[in-house]
Amino acid sequence: MKSYVSFFRIQLTAGLQYRAAALAGISTQFAWGFMEILLFSAFYRADPNAFPMNFSDLSSYIWLQQGLLALTASWFIDTNILNTITSGNLAYELCRPINLYHMWIIKNMASRISKAVLRCFPIFIIAAMLPAPYRLSFSPNLFTFFIFLFSLLLGFLLINAYSMLVYILTFYTLSPVGVRIIWLAASEFLTGALIPIPFFPESMQTVLKFLPFAAMQNLPFRIYSGDIAGTEMINSLILQIVWTIVLLLCGSVWTNRMLKKAVIQGG
Amino acid sequence: MIEVKHVRKTFKVARRNAGFAAAVKTLLHKQFETVEALKDISFTIPDGEMVGYIGPNGAGKSSTIKIISGILTPDSGECNINGYTPWKHRIQHVAQIGVVFGQRSQLWWDIPVIDSFELIKDIYRIPESTYRKNLQMLTDLLDISEILKTPTRQLSLGQRMRCEISASLLHNPKVLFLDEPTIGLDAVSKIAVREFIKNINREQKTTVILTTHDMQDIEALTQRIILIGKGKILLDGHLEDLKNQYSDQKELIISYSGKSPQLCHGLHIIKQIPGRAELKIDTQVISVSKAISYLSEQTELTDFSIKHTSTEEMVVKLYQEFAI
Repeated sequence: MKSYVSFFRIQLTAGLQYRAAALAGISTQFAWGFMEILLFSAFYRADPNAFPMNFSDLSSYIWLQQGLLALTASWFIDTNILNTITSGNLAYELCRPINLYHMWIIKNMASRISKAVLRCFPIFIIAAMLPAPYRLSFSPNLFTFFIFLFSLLLGFLLINAYSMLVYILTFYTLSPVGVRIIWLAASEFLTGALIPIPFFPESMQTVLKFLPFAAMQNLPFRIYSGDIAGTEMINSLILQIVWTIVLLLCGSVWTNRMLKKAVIQGG
Repeated sequence: MIEVKHVRKTFKVARRNAGFAAAVKTLLHKQFETVEALKDISFTIPDGEMVGYIGPNGAGKSSTIKIISGILTPDSGECNINGYTPWKHRIQHVAQIGVVFGQRSQLWWDIPVIDSFELIKDIYRIPESTYRKNLQMLTDLLDISEILKTPTRQLSLGQRMRCEISASLLHNPKVLFLDEPTIGLDAVSKIAVREFIKNINREQKTTVILTTHDMQDIEALTQRIILIGKGKILLDGHLEDLKNQYSDQKELIISYSGKSPQLCHGLHIIKQIPGRAELKIDTQVISVSKAISYLSEQTELTDFSIKHTSTEEMVVKLYQEFAI
């Protein structure tokens, strides 16, 4: 356990060095957040009744998404891990007396957290100071907020387990580009990162609800503003836990099987 | 104790001809060839021995190292290293070995070397006292105390290599696999690294397997060499025996005053200027001492020296003989 903790720590400190990247990220996310809010407000003005979400809930959803982008974005992939596979530096990783799957998922978590820590606070603080319907409002009550944190944590585990599958796929394709574009573009759409899931057609929503994608960011962000509550929330949380366990197990088993066949590239 | 028995490994290699047309064709129909990297490799190495594992490029050296360090799973065969089969008990096995891949880096690129060391300490669960002791010894012997606080990316190749070797030894491994550890090092660093490897082998009885193309490494470090070519072990023996066997021709340089000597059977002139000659002796026909006494009967010898076949030359001969 101690080895994983220090592994986490070193990845975190390494990730915290990139201040310029964080500044650039913050401004991108602000621009993106404003654009999204402006876009949705245009739709809202056209017909508020056709809007599946309360507008201020939507604003909170968008700001949470932008602030926690590094934690919950499905397209966020640690290029170091991909390089390790394609360059053959994997050889050294395999010389360590620790489980490769555990090591990589921790690495992935640490690099996501280090990025998120640098970015989320400025975004949250400024987003909370914006005028009424456009701002990040606080959860209706503390209880909801804690459930949100719990669900966010699960979603974080789930998204990392999901990223692991992308890494393992890279063992087969070697070029990470193709896998990333198709696999990640699809998941970006299905997680509700482009358009929040309530805006999808009814029929799609019923299917999406049961897929792991909905539990990655859609669920915690909607719990936050109270958009999902009561039995629906409990059922979704159970599903989230199930998907997290399933994806973690799949990745772990798949990694071990794949390592039996793995080839170290580059002599 | 390292025991390797009948290990085989094949790789699927994608091949195509050069050029755009061939690349397009490959898109539709990719062609693979099966390459037998290792065909039936067996050897045994007792504890505390240093062995040079040599062979030309592509012979299977690195593949062997990867299999015995638990990174690759062979197609068939057995291997037992201190009670573990590397690819079955990877985690237990790698905890007791150290590996240096000369062409790769195990240090974290953007952080100071010492941080990487601390992490390795936690990964291998090295007790604080052992870690302090080893770190002290390694920094002294490899002269890296100055560079420990520098991020890896700002080190020169030689400095990095010394840190890499240190990193592989922090946990007191019983077995050390070195895959081209002196690649790209300057003369001073090479000697430092060699001295160091010799030292830990002597003091901690670390078993060392070394692959290299630098024959001076082999000469400085190992007594036993294993020659591999085209995936097979061709030779396994003592360096000195091999040298004697493969150096049936020696060079003799003589200086003399007086008339130039007559040559007998088994002696050939390579170069001659008045008062000095370079001769080749075929030791299967005439021994070195006989040749000298024969020559001294002919003329007044003022000086002579004998040149042995270098390990480098011997290896070239070996490669030629086995056609690898």
